[in-house]
Amino acid sequence: MAETKKTFIDSTWDFLCSLKLAIILVLLLALTSIIGTIILQNGSAADYIREYGQSNYELFKKLQFIDMYHSSWFIGILGLFSVNLICCSIKNFPRVWRFVKQPTLVASSGVFKGSANRAEFSCKETKHQAAEQISELLKKEFAKPVLTEKDDKLYLFAQKGIYSRFGAYITHLSILIIMAGAVIGNVWGYKAFVNIAEGTSTNQVRPRNGTQPIDLGFTVRCDDFDVSYYENSNRPKDYNSDLVILEDGKEIVHKRIEVNDPLTYKGIKFYQSSYGSAGNPFFKVKITENKTGKVIERKAHQGKHIQLPGGYAFAVTNFTTSDRNFGPAMQLHVNTPDGEHGAPFIVWQNHPQMDVKRGGVFSFALLGHDQPYYTGLQVAKDPGVNIVWAGCFLIVFGSLTAFFFSHKRIWVCLEDNGKKTKVLLAGNAHRNQPGFSLAFDDLQQQIEDATKNTSQKKEG
Amino acid sequence: MDSGQLFNLTTIAYFAAMVLFFAFIATKNNTVALTATLSSLAGFVIQTVALGMRWYESYQILGVDGRAPLTNLYESVVFFAWSILLIYLLMDWKYKQRTIGAFVLPIALFSMLWAQMSLHSSIDPLVPALQSNWLTYHVITCFLGYAGFAFAFGVSIMYLMKIGKEEKHQGDAPMKGILGLFPPTRVLDDMNYKAIMIGFPLLTLGIVTGAAWAYYAWGTYWSWDPKETWSLIVWFLYAAFLHARFTRGWVGRRAAWLSIIGFAATVFCYLGVNLVLSGLHSYGSG
Repeated sequence: MAETKKTFIDSTWDFLCSLKLAIILVLLLALTSIIGTIILQNGSAADYIREYGQSNYELFKKLQFIDMYHSSWFIGILGLFSVNLICCSIKNFPRVWRFVKQPTLVASSGVFKGSANRAEFSCKETKHQAAEQISELLKKEFAKPVLTEKDDKLYLFAQKGIYSRFGAYITHLSILIIMAGAVIGNVWGYKAFVNIAEGTSTNQVRPRNGTQPIDLGFTVRCDDFDVSYYENSNRPKDYNSDLVILEDGKEIVHKRIEVNDPLTYKGIKFYQSSYGSAGNPFFKVKITENKTGKVIERKAHQGKHIQLPGGYAFAVTNFTTSDRNFGPAMQLHVNTPDGEHGAPFIVWQNHPQMDVKRGGVFSFALLGHDQPYYTGLQVAKDPGVNIVWAGCFLIVFGSLTAFFFSHKRIWVCLEDNGKKTKVLLAGNAHRNQPGFSLAFDDLQQQIEDATKNTSQKKEG
Repeated sequence: MDSGQLFNLTTIAYFAAMVLFFAFIATKNNTVALTATLSSLAGFVIQTVALGMRWYESYQILGVDGRAPLTNLYESVVFFAWSILLIYLLMDWKYKQRTIGAFVLPIALFSMLWAQMSLHSSIDPLVPALQSNWLTYHVITCFLGYAGFAFAFGVSIMYLMKIGKEEKHQGDAPMKGILGLFPPTRVLDDMNYKAIMIGFPLLTLGIVTGAAWAYYAWGTYWSWDPKETWSLIVWFLYAAFLHARFTRGWVGRRAAWLSIIGFAATVFCYLGVNLVLSGLHSYGSG
């Protein structure tokens, strides 16, 4: 026979379908991925020049190592990997589909002779009786068999776990689904951030890569921000923000978000990510005019003078949340009507009566203090994320099916052999053969027992 | 008795088990082998109790902020040892190959020693990002996966030790000496594959739960941070391993080497990234 020469297209196709290419690509992805874990990603030019020098920086830029996971060559490998997955599935899927569409109901003699799991014995029943008994048993112990009569012989075929043949395809498909979801998220979504001071609102966020602010199409207001700390430490325990979504001035959604619990509106998610102080703390101060006993309350910002009756004024100059063991304390001074600074003194929040003893014109008490914060929000829009989750579900489901289940098939052939019936058994599993061997031996024993028992003690 | 003391007992049990497994290889005495297995089982039971107790202690110390003991480097190293024993005991139950203990127990013992001697074991409250149920699922699945790979690593070492001698070995008589006691290389190769088959879907689930958690905490399910990237590298390596088995010439020696490289990458993903590189997973280094 003349060897037909493979065309270029054929050999390309074979190459794209090949397992070898898959292994090479997977190892190549593993190897190249290391680069981005060693070289800083998306840093500033100055960072690279300081760390690696000017010439290396130029080289990195040329090789796209600065943002290598989005570089054309890395995307290229991923692209080729997808093509490989698709081609290999197209090539092999029809073969697997045939197991479903055309199960081998009638096993050839080759199956009975060549299977790793096979048995042969005789029984006294007619082949129809034996077929019935074996069917019953298979139905109970394995799976419901299909009976076929051909050439004066009876054939039984039973199978289990055919879906496991699809496990690998589901896994491969799910990788493509995840990649598709990631692409959708990258093209139609964005990642941004915004800082909102308590009591203020915004309708724009700043993208993480880029300078042009993004319009949200609605307004977000931060009503309140709170941070709580673990006792006796400055480890934050929780921080959360009361957010309000406004459209056309109407409040639409209220939610208190915290780390691990974002707010979602119109596909845009707001994550609690950071916080910081927005301006100086202010203090609620109760002032008593000692002569008259008249009481007034004032809000004071640190360092700002506040007018008092009679031309006096005061200013809070310092504050601490814990003054030794006495708790929150502020330092302040009083200005006389002619503008002269008085001596500074301290007022403790937990000991409001103390300042009366000082004996000035006014006595002060600290009612509370408040630190205005801004809340730092990550803002993300990712229309592909549910596709990614679907892919993730399938990849777990698919890999479990592919590894832990196998397609098991059992064939039986019953044939008249003089007064007796000859029984041929064969079994096959496409994975975990040793495990199936044990199950097959067990089943074979049961089948032999069943046919022999009834022949001995009928209806026993 | 507190969990720390129980963990010390666990360490002693694993040490005893390891010594007994070595003694078994030297003496070929089956009673020694059984004692070794029982010792590792005892250690595992004590460690299980200790983990439960540490969980309980976290509620005593932190009140309502108590949590599963899976949140810092110390706790993860301890849980790693526990996972290895779980996989080992399951494999021992199935294959009844006692020599393997001598190659798997040292990994668990070393983890326990390291955790007990030089890691920070205090029960500290969690920073907000870690207060998530996803953390628990993420850590459990990842470490069970890692344990599967650790087992595969031990078996691969045995395979490489034995294969050279077995190939030179003539005749049907069983091999003599220590290597004769090892399971046949065919079995070792199969166990290597089985262990990775268990580890791989678990690692997949670990990466997925990690992605889900990252999505709820930071707004991105994947940000190519070094830890994430390394877990993907490990995933790629074992994916290559699993597919290589379908092609001729990639079973046996090469598979054993791939399994060893895979485990080295796993260890780097787990520890190297925290100790050498930096990223979002900085919690683990505490």
